Amino acid sequence: MASTIRPRAWMKDGVTNVKALISHPMETGLRKDKASGQIIPAHFIQDLIVTHNGEQVLHGYLGPAVSKNPFLNFKFKGANKGDALTISWNDNKGKSDSLEVKIN
Amino acid sequence: MHNPNRRTLLKGTLTAGIAVVAAGAGLLKPHTVLAAWPKAAFEAKGMDNATNALLGGSSATASKDIKIKTPSIAENGAVVNVAVSSTLPGVESISILVEQNGSPLAATFDLNPRTEAYIKTRVKVAKTSGIVAMVRSGGKIFSARREVKVTLGGCGG
Repeated sequence: MASTIRPRAWMKDGVTNVKALISHPMETGLRKDKASGQIIPAHFIQDLIVTHNGEQVLHGYLGPAVSKNPFLNFKFKGANKGDALTISWNDNKGKSDSLEVKIN
Repeated sequence: MHNPNRRTLLKGTLTAGIAVVAAGAGLLKPHTVLAAWPKAAFEAKGMDNATNALLGGSSATASKDIKIKTPSIAENGAVVNVAVSSTLPGVESISILVEQNGSPLAATFDLNPRTEAYIKTRVKVAKTSGIVAMVRSGGKIFSARREVKVTLGGCGG
């Protein structure tokens, strides 16, 4: 299966710029299914973690108010071109995904 | 059959178990070092409750050194770009709150010392609302606010 994570990481002037787009419904638990009238259960990413060389450079705690298919952009120092970054998430239903990306 | 990975697997599970217990007992406060998802802060209703749950009683000081970038008018409240940056030294975390959402806390990001004080993401905004960024720097909390007009609500509408 294709990864839910679509990352980009590139280096400029010693700073690594990371962008990631994740496929996830980010259901709030407040919406109703229009056909059945049933409430759609909450289903959202809770933790979004980016590690470089085994060190956590970002830990995002997300709530259901983050938009569907979350987008994230951040920057960090101290990496080299060609280094690997790991981006991973887990949601409130215990699902998770992880992907390694090389810094360009 | 002998499995050479068995030892490491057991060790890993044990350490993870200890971390969970420590976090559960609140030994690793404040939440910047806490590995557990801050449930109370995310579920808190209203701006006052959310701020209290997030900051644990301490208050935020308004700061000009925090910049919030959003569209001033959002046509679709379901997807509102928010970028927060700060020139404050040693930023440890950045949180984004939407005042008029039922549960205002949208996201909070813990930063490594190597990570720049900059976060861009997209949030849902139920109706025209102030967007508040809270930045933890040197153990203190600083905040900034910016108004976003929403023409179409972000909660299913």
